[in-house]
Formats: sequence, structure tokens, C-alpha cells
Amino acid sequence: MDAIEKQLLAQVADLHEVPEGAYNIRKNGESDGRRSTANIQIETKTDKPGIDIRIKAGTRRESVHIPVILSQSGLKESVYNDFFIGDDADVTIVAGCGIHNGGDEASEHSGIHSFFIGKNAKVRYVEKHYGDGDGNGERIMNPTTVIHMSEGSFMEMETTQIKGVDSTDRRTDARLEAGATLIIKEKLMTHGNQVANTHFTVDMDGEGCSANLISRSVARENSRQVFFSRINGNAACNGHSECDAIIMDNASVSAIPEVTANHIDASLIHEAAIGKIAGEQLIKLMTLGLTEQQAEEQIVSGFLK
Amino acid sequence: MLELQHVTYQVQQDDTDKEILSDISLRIDEGFVAVTGPNGGGKSTLAKLVAGIIKPTSGRILLDGEDITDLSITERAQKGISFAFQQPVRFKGITVRDLITLAAGRDISVADACNYLSEVGLCARDYIGREVNASLSGGELKRIEIAMILARGTKLSLFDEPEAGIDLWSFGNLIQVFEKMHRQINGTILIISHQERILNIADRILVLADGHIQADGTRDEVMPQVMGGPSTCSVLTDKL
Repeated sequence: MDAIEKQLLAQVADLHEVPEGAYNIRKNGESDGRRSTANIQIETKTDKPGIDIRIKAGTRRESVHIPVILSQSGLKESVYNDFFIGDDADVTIVAGCGIHNGGDEASEHSGIHSFFIGKNAKVRYVEKHYGDGDGNGERIMNPTTVIHMSEGSFMEMETTQIKGVDSTDRRTDARLEAGATLIIKEKLMTHGNQVANTHFTVDMDGEGCSANLISRSVARENSRQVFFSRINGNAACNGHSECDAIIMDNASVSAIPEVTANHIDASLIHEAAIGKIAGEQLIKLMTLGLTEQQAEEQIVSGFLK
Repeated sequence: MLELQHVTYQVQQDDTDKEILSDISLRIDEGFVAVTGPNGGGKSTLAKLVAGIIKPTSGRILLDGEDITDLSITERAQKGISFAFQQPVRFKGITVRDLITLAAGRDISVADACNYLSEVGLCARDYIGREVNASLSGGELKRIEIAMILARGTKLSLFDEPEAGIDLWSFGNLIQVFEKMHRQINGTILIISHQERILNIADRILVLADGHIQADGTRDEVMPQVMGGPSTCSVLTDKL
């Protein structure tokens, strides 16, 4: 792995060396290292590109890293990764994709991740998307996440895209059974002429399930963002979604919420706020001795922390 | 050290010029100076002019003899002016520790940050990692605002109504913070307040009303005028 590839790996998975536990590193469309453990089996799919990750019931405090890096300009791929998480397991899954495009052709990665989460299992899922490279070729990432949550299961998903992705279409679909809890935290920053679309759809089918979708984003320069969130309350449940965006320069941000209650005891809330950095926030930090630009950086980095 | 020379501040209101401050000249040397007077009298405007948030229509502002009238907020802050807002600002994602660190202008230890919070009566352990967002009460935010001024430790500290938004019980504790500042004073404190207990510890009291300085002197000279007498503005006596 060369320096650029190592840098991508550090950005998307905080990895500086081979991770502990199970892992699969995909580089330019091919496997670049894999390890299964006693409880976590990783196997190559036979019908399409991608892997199956099977986590045994009752697995505790183990982790799986499955970063993807693309450093070859012009590469386009769709990868299907399926996670089968056994009952009562408690695991951390770190995914992410880094594209370095030094050429003129578009590089594109579409990762389709499906989670089948067993009863009372607990999953923390972290994914980061990052792009760099000084070529003219576009860096395109279209992550799709499909989540099936069994009774009493818990999932917290953190999805972050801070830099360098020209175009992204991010879809997350979830279906929750009784007592399941889903928390999604999205952090997004776009700049230049970037375009980012986010779609969340959550079907709350089981009694007592809850979902909390939190999106924080910053749109700078000429970038455009659209946030769609759809929550269907089909049982007694609690659903909350929140879109909070800072708009700067000539950017554009849309928040399009849809909450549908199909049950008398479905309680659904959507909050959306879009606005520029408040003048009083800048002034406060300037009275501490920061320049206007430093104050802006502090506010943005705090907001996306 | 702080000097205002013929400072006037006008705003446009219904197509006419309204004077918020009229030809104010004063000199403030080291010590604890309170500014009081009725609402709308120009007190907050005075503080904002000194901090550089607004610029005077005419007149000059000097700090240690240097004309700072045309300096930005940032430049004045760097020259040693701190300003605690009447309405503290909330920030999503920025923690109490972040703000105290920014105020101190250097990396400080958790223990140091905690010291500043303890000074203003906050249990540091509970607050240091909290976001300065809507989850904090008005009183908590005011205390954090004051802790930032302590962390800055500048030669001129401006406080705009530190008692506003704090219940009377909490204010009892807060007054001790100002009493301590008065004892350990290192520079100038200019504090806008309606609170008798704050006015009582001031070395000098200025009364600002209708954009003019109506009274200026020691506590013994000014308090009798402020506290009573048939000619005193009823709004002011209600406040006190």
C-alpha cells in the first residue's frame, strides 16, 4: 500500500496499521487483506461483488473494519456487503470509503450495505466518506444502507462526509420490529460545486420501537444539499427527525420531511432549521480575540463535531 | 485608561436621527465602576461602543491613550477588552471547555478550566463537557459568560447586566464573585447593573439616562440620588 492509500485508510477508518479483530480491506476493486475471527466470518459473495459478514449470536465487544479505497482514476464499482448479526451480539462495525482521484475520469463507488440484526443485538456502525486528489475527475459515492431490526435490537449509525466527495446520493432504509431502537447521526459538509442528497426512510412496524434521525450539515460555496426524511409510524412508537443546516456563500439546502402516523399511538416529530451562522455567535468569539474567519471555523467545526 | 471624547451615537428611526448617546466624555481609570440608569438610557450602547460592536457616529474612544475608535472587535479584544453579554450566545456543538479555552487564548488544563467555573459557582465536573446550547438555563449561561471573562483576565472587563436572567437566590452567590473581583482587581471593571448590591461595591457610579451622564461620583455621592427623592425616575426606583 502506498502513501496515498495509507492516507485514505487513515481518513476513512482511523487505521494506521492492520486493525484488531475481523477486517476486510478492499482496494481498487480487489481484496487487499482479510481476517475472520472465531465469532466473525467474512466470505466473498459468489453471485455479485461484495462480502457476507456473519457474526455469531452472543458475540461481545468485537469489531469489524471493512474500509474501501480507490486510488485508480476512472474506476466504477458497486459492492454489496451483507451483515448478519446474531441474537444478543454487541459489536462495532467500521466501514468507509476513500477516493483519491488524480486523473480526469470519474471514480465512483456505490456501497450497498444490508444489516440483518438479530433479537436484542446491539450494533454501532460508523461510516466515513472522504475524497481527495488534484485531478479533474469527479469523485462519486452513493452509499445505500438497508437495516432490518429484530425485536429489542439497537443500532447507532454515524455517517460522516466532510470533504472531497463531488456527488453523493445517500440512501438509508430501515424497518423496526417491536422494541427496536435506531439512532442515526449524519454529518455532512459540502463545498465547491458538490451535490449531496440524503434519503432516510424508516418504517416503524413494531410496538414500542423508536427512531431518532439527526442530520447536521454545512453547505459552503456553490454546493447543494437536499435532505429527505420519511418516517412511517405503523405501531405505537416514537419517531424523531432533525435536520439542522448552516448555509454559507451561495449554497443551497432543502429539508423535506415527511412523517406519517398510521397508528393512534404513533408519536412523530420532525424539526428542521436552516440558516447562516448567527452574527452574535461570530461577535461573541471575536470579543474573545478571534478573527472573523477563525470564529467561523470554530463554529463550523463545533457544529460538525 | 479608558477615555471617551465627545462620543455620540445616532440611529435612524422613522426617517429621523435618534440620539442614543449624546456627546459623552468621560475618563475611567483603574477600579470597579458601575453604570446604572433607566432602561433605554444608553448603557448597553456604551458597552458595545467600547467593545467595538458598534461604531460611534462621532467622537473618539481611547484605551491607555491609544485611539481605538477605528479598531475592529478582534483588535480591541487583543488589546485587552473583554465583554460579557447581557444575553449570552448559544452554540451547537461547542462545549463549555472549548469556550473557556478560546477565552484563555491558550491550551489550558481541565483543572484550570474547572477553576474558572468553580469561581462562578458552577460544579465544574458537571459542566466542562456540556454543549453551550439550549439545554443550559439562562442563569448557567450567564455564569459561563462570566467565567470566560475570568479566563481572559484582561485589563478592561465590561459586564452588561450580569444579574439579568438570574434568579435572586442564585444572584446571592454571584455577587460574591464580583466582591472577590473587586478585592483582587487587576485593571478596570465596568459593570452595567441595576442591582443595589453591585452598586454598593462600586468605587464609582455613573448614571446614564436619555443618552446623557446624569450623575457621576462615589457611591456616597450618587446613591442617595439614585435611591430616592421625589425627582427620581419611577422606572429606576422600581428596578432597584
